[in-house]
Amino acid sequence: MLTLDSLGRHYGDHLVLRDISLTVPDGQLLCVVGPSGCGKSTLLRTIAGLLPAHEGTVTVDDTPVSGVPDRLAVVFQDYGRSLFPWLTVRENVALPLRRRGLGRAERRAEAERILERVGLGGVARRHPWQLSGGMQQRVAIARALVCRPALLLMDEPFGSLDAQTREDLEDLLLEVHRTDGATIVFVTHDIDESVYVGDRVVVLSPGPGSRVLLDLPVELPGPRDQIGTRGLPGFVALRAQVGRAVRSGKKELP
Amino acid sequence: MNRRVPTPGGAGSGPGADPVTPAPTPTPIPTTSRTESRTTRVGPLARGALLRWLVLALAVGVWQLVARAHGSVYFPPPARIARHAYDLWFSGPARHLLLTDAAVDNILPSLGRMAAGFALAAVAGVALGIAVGRSRRTYALCNPVLQFARAVPPPALVPVFVVVLDFGTQMQVASIAFSAVWPVLINTAEGARNLDPLRVEVATVLRLTAFERLWLLLLPSALPRIFAGLRLSLSLSLILMVFSELLPGTADGIGFTLTDAQSRSDLLTVWAALVLLGALGFLLNTGLLAVEKRLVGSRRPT
Repeated sequence: MLTLDSLGRHYGDHLVLRDISLTVPDGQLLCVVGPSGCGKSTLLRTIAGLLPAHEGTVTVDDTPVSGVPDRLAVVFQDYGRSLFPWLTVRENVALPLRRRGLGRAERRAEAERILERVGLGGVARRHPWQLSGGMQQRVAIARALVCRPALLLMDEPFGSLDAQTREDLEDLLLEVHRTDGATIVFVTHDIDESVYVGDRVVVLSPGPGSRVLLDLPVELPGPRDQIGTRGLPGFVALRAQVGRAVRSGKKELP
Repeated sequence: MNRRVPTPGGAGSGPGADPVTPAPTPTPIPTTSRTESRTTRVGPLARGALLRWLVLALAVGVWQLVARAHGSVYFPPPARIARHAYDLWFSGPARHLLLTDAAVDNILPSLGRMAAGFALAAVAGVALGIAVGRSRRTYALCNPVLQFARAVPPPALVPVFVVVLDFGTQMQVASIAFSAVWPVLINTAEGARNLDPLRVEVATVLRLTAFERLWLLLLPSALPRIFAGLRLSLSLSLILMVFSELLPGTADGIGFTLTDAQSRSDLLTVWAALVLLGALGFLLNTGLLAVEKRLVGSRRPT
């Protein structure tokens, strides 16, 4: 369980996050939406232990976060920079396994198994920059999944992909979430995406001093699918609700 | 995204897809610059290499003709220089790899000292450069010192080493190492300093150990800069190798051969030594470039 308790953060005088309290139960896929510059990435980095909280606390399974928590993985938006170009795809994916004390052969086998799972069977020995953007982000997802994280943080992971690729990866994420059951915090600025992917959507107000504007459970039936789910009246209503919250936040600006 | 490698035969296979035949008229707009440059570069590359060798051959030819026409003792024609170099150094027994005693006594010690000095400079330069470049503060603190140390013309330091270490191999290796260390150090520090902050975050999230950070992140991302420094250091090593052997008191080496021949007014040997140095510099640099291509070549963007 991930708990944020009146979390606050600032850069110098500039207030970024203000009084954010959230409880994310195990296995939930939480989407955090907000306009760009609202501190979504800062929130994610604070949960990851990359940035210290200035006020309040972040707790993962009853342990206050200081430094990167155990069994946490992060997928960043910029796959080109987050992957190491001097390593092959397989070596990139095997990186987190070093901590687990596996032998070289085991690491390779494990990496190839997970690559197969994200639909990248044949490219283990290529280099990341030889792949398309969507494939590179799949590699980054494989690297995040390879150590079976309990908490997966995703920072606008599909933000720089084309629409078709993005839909494929959204479905991959949902499939992974169904089978692995990890808690996922998914940051996005795309309202549609947040409702389609999430079990729950949280809208942040625009900065400075972002806070939670809306906390909405997404109750949509069955396994989602790109055409059907997006056409459901429930989906449309939720999307409108999230959209209004994002817009109302903008109007609040002085 | 220019990082993508286009799939051959895909919907976007434009004129660049066909490696042999030139684009038919009317020329379609190239879809991807990558395929385009890859296929058309082969021809000009080969032609460029041929042209370079042709220019070199032409220059030597002109040199030969002019020198022969003048018949000056100071400027012997290149054919005679080559012949002399061959007699002097490369006409030895096969079990010595055709090296003569003169070559074994002079060229090998020179190369040995240079290799030792360059190796010391490379190892120390990379290690110190990483240490300096890793933290913004250390870099800011050390930068003026480094710039100062680099600004001192390296040969000017040789007298200091002569006094401290006396003549001989130690002094020569120290001079080479101390002069060649700065370019590697400064470039490595610069490379380490420009580490992508996102990659640092990735390393933190992956919880890499300090050694893994160094080996899998810091060194690979600084590698292009490290090699830029090494190339400068290599040419400095060659300069310092010769210079340290020019001083009175040295007993062997290519530099010694130079001064010795000059004192005997043996201009032919002087020229042969100069040509030898040029060839050595060229070969060493080519070797270093090959190593660089092998290590850095396995990735395109940074």
